Amino acid sequence: MTTPLSTEPSSVEPQQAPRLYRNVRGRVLGGVAGALADHLGVRRSLVRLAFVLLAGSAGLGVLLYGAFWIVLRTRAEDGTESSARYAVQYLIAAVAVVVLLINLHTLPLGWWFVPSLLACFGGALLWRQASETERERWRRLSSSSLAVGATDRIGWLRIIAGVTLVLAGALFILARAGISAAGAGLAAVLVTAGGLALITGPWWLKLMRDLSTERRERIRNEERADIAAHLHDSVLQTLALIQRSADQPREVARLARSQERELRTKLYGGGVPNGQFAAALQAAAAEVEDTYAITVDVVVVGDHPMNARLDALVAASREALVNAAKHAQVTSVSVYAELAEDGASVFVRDRGSGFDPDRIDPSRQGIRGSIVGRLQRQQGTASIRSSPGQGTEVQLRVELE
Amino acid sequence: MSKDAGPGQPRVVLVDDHAMFRAGVRAEIGSGLDIVGEAASVAEAIAVIRHTAPDVVLLDVHLPDGGGPAVVAAVLPELPDTKFLALSVSDAAEDVITVIRAGARGYVTKTISGADLTDAIRRVADGDVVFSPRLAGFVLDAFRDGGGPGGAVTSTDPELDQLTPREQEVMRLLARGYSYREIGTELFISVKTVETHASNVLRKLQLSSRHQLTRWAADRRIV
Repeated sequence: MTTPLSTEPSSVEPQQAPRLYRNVRGRVLGGVAGALADHLGVRRSLVRLAFVLLAGSAGLGVLLYGAFWIVLRTRAEDGTESSARYAVQYLIAAVAVVVLLINLHTLPLGWWFVPSLLACFGGALLWRQASETERERWRRLSSSSLAVGATDRIGWLRIIAGVTLVLAGALFILARAGISAAGAGLAAVLVTAGGLALITGPWWLKLMRDLSTERRERIRNEERADIAAHLHDSVLQTLALIQRSADQPREVARLARSQERELRTKLYGGGVPNGQFAAALQAAAAEVEDTYAITVDVVVVGDHPMNARLDALVAASREALVNAAKHAQVTSVSVYAELAEDGASVFVRDRGSGFDPDRIDPSRQGIRGSIVGRLQRQQGTASIRSSPGQGTEVQLRVELE
Repeated sequence: MSKDAGPGQPRVVLVDDHAMFRAGVRAEIGSGLDIVGEAASVAEAIAVIRHTAPDVVLLDVHLPDGGGPAVVAAVLPELPDTKFLALSVSDAAEDVITVIRAGARGYVTKTISGADLTDAIRRVADGDVVFSPRLAGFVLDAFRDGGGPGGAVTSTDPELDQLTPREQEVMRLLARGYSYREIGTELFISVKTVETHASNVLRKLQLSSRHQLTRWAADRRIV
């Protein structure tokens, strides 16, 4: 399909001997006549006329057309068609069938002709219903139900029409052979179907089981690959980094800590920002941990969706953590947050060098602006308990409606 | 904070399925404590503990053929004086609660430093409990339903032993990262009283109804 065939009837034959493809563009019914015309290098109208004439001779043309319709493929690029187009096709097909039925008694080929024709049409509809790949699957597995292609309304209509036609054909034959025979025939069909089910049942079941086993296996392999990818991206890289910076204990601790947190999050969930206060506070603490190579132990009791006041609270807590990391000369800081209906409190505590809160340089903005001021704008409070050598505890609180 | 360990050093059994980890712990705490046995599985642990009758069992929560709670359940009836200190990489609420319910007297995570671990073992050997701030947070979380901070704590389960306001206060300070001594200073009570409060909380935890525990574990899946 590398050289697109022209759909013009008078087109020159392409260099390669073309395979027969049904034309979808510019067709009247199934595109069979156009395909034959292109292939043979004759005018489409001639081919169509030939089909019509042959149809007159005991329906041979109709049978031939149907056969071509079933067998020939459409081109992949011609695959898109409007449903209006389908409607026209089926209208024409229905008219043809009705005309045939009306002229039933004039047809010379006897009682089997019409039923066979109906069955052929039905089969064609069902067969055409499946796309190329699905047909392949049918051949290979014969496992799926007939409803494979029925992904839309048109698909279902086709299947129903096809099944009805096939059944009508079969019943026709039986009815012609006599009403009593119809009953017997039906019974025979049922018995045969039952027998077939008994014979092939185990095989079907095995097929189904194999399929589901295969699917499970595939899912498991994908999961394994996913885990391997994650281990490669995170753990192995981190271990390599740790080997290279083995003489820098702080760096090693920082890497190990962030890796531990990441794996923990992956294994147990949590810590992922989800618009809740606990996750936001944990994320802020994690960021400070990574930036300043300290350990932050976070304990959160209760939870609440984020809002402007909690935003300020998280930001102030982060600032308090940064201060502790920078000035307290400690390796670990603990954060305790408690949320209740009326208010949220955060305590950031270290056991570091401490300082005298009354003697902070007024030019320093960290505590006054980033912690106290920020919370005051949200009707919150901040206080600091610290004395040299005794560590520091920053107490933050905002009211919640 | 370490108290007098009584006559001699506490005798300790290590239970962990990772030999490397046991070796690491032994190297960290072996100098201050008397490590009398090691085990890598539930069955092995039960046999070793029966044989050595240690003061403290340092117990991994996750073991290949069961778990730490199974060891506690099997040994405690025979040797009621044996103390169990859970040592786990997990600080998920379910793990903490299961092993505490089984009868462990403390729970520490594997990121603990060697000195802190030695101290924790000594305290457990003395009959105290060892809480991490995070575990205290779990406790507060479970008991604070319907109660505001500082207010009376109510519970949906009337059968449940409730934390007294004082116990709640101790829990809150513990969760804030205070040591027992610092809590004592803060609340003007002795360290021994703080430890009593903590023990009571732990006891109440064991007695809490299954309903409460299930809900708790479900609510606090997040580490």
